[in-house]
Amino acid sequence: MSTSSDSAALPTRGWYKRNEIAITPWLFLAPGVLFFFIYVIAPIYQSFSLSLYDWNGLGDIETNGTYVGMENYNKLFGLNGERADRNFNISLWNNLKWLLLYLLAIPGGLFIALFLNQTVRGIRIYKSLFFFPFVISQVVVGLVFSWFYLPNDGLFSIMLGWFGLEIRGGVLGNPTAATYGIIAAGLWPQTAYCMILYLTGLNAVDPEQVEAARLDGAKGRKMLWYVIIPQLKPATFIAFVVTIIGALRSFDLVSIMTGGGPFGSTRVLSFYVFEKSLSERGLQYGYAAAIAVVLFLIMLVFISYFLWSMYQDEKEAR
Amino acid sequence: MHSILKTSLAAFVAAGLATSATQTYAQSLSGDLVIFSDMSNPAPRAVMEGMVERFGAMHPDLNIELTVIDREAYKTQIRNFLTANAPDVANWYAANRMLPYVEAGLFEDVSDIWEGQMSEELASTKGALTIDGAQYGVPYTYYQWGVYYRKDIFDQYGLSEPTTWAEELANCQTLLDNGVKCYTIGTKFLWTAGGWFDYLNMRTNGYDFHARLTNGEESWTSDEVRATFANWQQLIDMGAFIDDHQTYSWQEALPFMVNGEAASYLMGNFAVAPLREAGLTDDQLDFYQFVEITPGIPKGEDAPTDTFHIPSGATNKEAAREFLKFVVSAENQTLINNGSNLGQLPVNAMSSVDDDKFLNEGFDMLSNKAPGGIAQFFDRDAPAEMAAVAMEGFQEFMVFPANLEDILERLEAAREDIY
Amino acid sequence: MFPTPVQKSSRAVQISYQTLLPFALILWLLPLIAVMIFSIKPDVDFTNGNYWGMPSSFELFNNYGRVFFESDMPRYLLNSVMITVPTVIGTVALACMTGFALGVYKFKGNLLIFFMFIAGNFVPFQILMVPVRDLTVDMGLYNTKTGLVLFHIAFQTGFATLFMRNFIRALPFPLIEAARVEGVAEWRIFLYVVLPLMKPAIAAMAVLIFTFIWNDYFWAVVLTQGPESQPVTAGITSFNAQYRAAYHLMSAGSIVAALPPVAMFFLMQKHFIAGLTLGAVK
Repeated sequence: MSTSSDSAALPTRGWYKRNEIAITPWLFLAPGVLFFFIYVIAPIYQSFSLSLYDWNGLGDIETNGTYVGMENYNKLFGLNGERADRNFNISLWNNLKWLLLYLLAIPGGLFIALFLNQTVRGIRIYKSLFFFPFVISQVVVGLVFSWFYLPNDGLFSIMLGWFGLEIRGGVLGNPTAATYGIIAAGLWPQTAYCMILYLTGLNAVDPEQVEAARLDGAKGRKMLWYVIIPQLKPATFIAFVVTIIGALRSFDLVSIMTGGGPFGSTRVLSFYVFEKSLSERGLQYGYAAAIAVVLFLIMLVFISYFLWSMYQDEKEAR
Repeated sequence: MHSILKTSLAAFVAAGLATSATQTYAQSLSGDLVIFSDMSNPAPRAVMEGMVERFGAMHPDLNIELTVIDREAYKTQIRNFLTANAPDVANWYAANRMLPYVEAGLFEDVSDIWEGQMSEELASTKGALTIDGAQYGVPYTYYQWGVYYRKDIFDQYGLSEPTTWAEELANCQTLLDNGVKCYTIGTKFLWTAGGWFDYLNMRTNGYDFHARLTNGEESWTSDEVRATFANWQQLIDMGAFIDDHQTYSWQEALPFMVNGEAASYLMGNFAVAPLREAGLTDDQLDFYQFVEITPGIPKGEDAPTDTFHIPSGATNKEAAREFLKFVVSAENQTLINNGSNLGQLPVNAMSSVDDDKFLNEGFDMLSNKAPGGIAQFFDRDAPAEMAAVAMEGFQEFMVFPANLEDILERLEAAREDIY
Repeated sequence: MFPTPVQKSSRAVQISYQTLLPFALILWLLPLIAVMIFSIKPDVDFTNGNYWGMPSSFELFNNYGRVFFESDMPRYLLNSVMITVPTVIGTVALACMTGFALGVYKFKGNLLIFFMFIAGNFVPFQILMVPVRDLTVDMGLYNTKTGLVLFHIAFQTGFATLFMRNFIRALPFPLIEAARVEGVAEWRIFLYVVLPLMKPAIAAMAVLIFTFIWNDYFWAVVLTQGPESQPVTAGITSFNAQYRAAYHLMSAGSIVAALPPVAMFFLMQKHFIAGLTLGAVK
């Protein structure tokens, strides 16, 4: 690590040297920020402006598209004399189902983590195998579960048969059951993710506090609720964030398992955007962009909450 | 690659066209000819590769690059490559399906190659390729739709090919009484239900009404449309269709027919190949034209036409035009549509139809027994957005016929928005 | 420790825990075990409706042989590698730099840029879809691995920056100050002081991003087409093209597609979990 302090003789070098600490971060940031700006920040803005157009995605938007103002949003929400888009409604409701039910991954993950937080022989292998579903692509998870749900031949319908139950059309062919079936498939890897967060969290639980609480006579559920869970707060926070994001991003599973069907009952916003633009009978890019904007705004609520709590942490850290 | 080359060469020689073809297209073409094709299933792929092989042999200086893209994926990707990196020749479909691309100026006007002789030879499909008096591509094949059925099962229960709605229903009842479903169908990807609607509507209300409906000129809540759905409901209420069809693709619905759990399939002629491959012989498999419903109405038929186009952004349009002419030439048409290749109908009137019982029957049907008119198919006749909403409604109706009123109102609302 | 270690419980509890473990695991992995069995079954089992019973014959070599030698699978796998590896390298390089800038320097806008990276990372893909696709098309990179790689690098930089910046923050700052006092240039501090300390973070980042990108399906569908550039996630379903679902081949294909991230996970487990659980403990 030889120094170069004697090189101040060069004038340019001298200017740089004097401002080194102020300039360096910007030089280091430049490539990353540039990339991020081009591929993430600018497209968000472009989608906002695209949502004000009627454009079928062919040719140039300036020549082949027409500016329609808020028309696309009016159609979505049924404002200004337009009929509300029924499919948008279905998607919105399904997104809500996803959001709520996906949160089950958090208690589920905690439960498995508690079950596995032991030091018996071979427990490490068990922990990794339980985590396994998260490592696999959602495409594979989707395929596996769609076979599991097949009508008549699927293991799930055979198992239901043992109890004399039957779901008409199979889980994925039944408009009332299909969304829940897909969510269940999504919960599998998501629960594994939450489990690993909690296992790490449990590792860091202060043993002295646990012992102290034990001496006070706290056990089992009481101990869990009043001593352990408060200490797991950071893990819960991350689990909450990734689960919400995962729920709103649910595209792969819907696309692989049902393609939005039967008769559109499993659409979610992310899939509906794709369907309206890039799919076979899409061709409504402006409208799709409007749906994407709505999805973005929903996500923004959670992003703001997340940023706000990170900001609190940062302030404390200072 | 080797085997493909061999088969196409064999077909080439067998057809004995070597001399005549080379003579017809003797001009020398050079440069690159880039072709994007959606003919990705094995038989069509071999046909496409064979055509490239033969066209290349005629123009040794021409460097042909063929890219075959998965047929389903192609439907969405065509938008990207037409604007981004346009090939010189691309596959697509006729009628309303090509309209957005023509309107966006992405397909080249090729009226010049239609002039004169070709217009006569291709008269049957000219209308489907024409928009505002100009032609924007050429057809390369078309095929009939109709009811493919298990003749052995019909014989077993003493049934014969029906010609009227009453006979159709009676046949179906007999089959159901014997524990056989009348029709297999897989509606997961929706369009199969569109085929049923096309036929029921054309038979109930006639071709002209159907054409006006897909054109947005008739109401979905009209009595005529209701009558069509009432006929459809008769079948649904009988339990004529296989269960859980909304979970199957059209291919996944084939085994029901092969295993004898269902007796027939309303489908395009492309279903014959996999059915034969699955072990059904021509003694077991037969075909009949969709029956008459409203007596006296001239029958219309679905006969979807697949096409080739020249993108406006093509670089070697001269070679592309020659390729299009080569595709529709009588000899080539005879060859690529025969039973060992596409197994479909040639678009050129001067070509001969291969001696295959389904092709003969289909050709006869479309030429002589379809006085009402020839439709493309629901999702090619109706605009994309309308087709999407409507076919989803058809699928829902087939599972929950009680929702009919709601569905029709939805379709009518969509019609008012879209057209 | 919570819950109470089983060692402190009665013998009966210990034994029942030990027996419960494998049962729970089998139940948990049941769908996966089913696919493994699917992948060694012959085609006829599915035609005959024998989905979940014992395979009527053992077709391991046959099925996997067909996946490797008679399909586009090897090409898709190669594409996945050629998309994933450059993305990992690019992202790690960019994020080390941004993380260093945001973690070491105090300047106006530091937190703002940091939050921009975090927020961008959580944005729904769909709002980027059409503009990114158009941008890629305009650059002539549609349906190329490069187009996909560039986007992935840009997007993953958000998450990676969050990770790297927090990691650098936790490093002992006096080390850097000492180097400055000696007059070491800032970029040398980055290269010779900070970077060597970041090895564990880089390892964690690399395995995580490898898994994310390998498993990506959405962008593969949006930005590429066909076997010349699509990764394996988009390629699996191509087994389905002919006439009916080829369950046995798709299962074998799925297993093959899942192997690289799984291997990565087992080889680098410590780093992987360290990356995922960042922030789960304070």
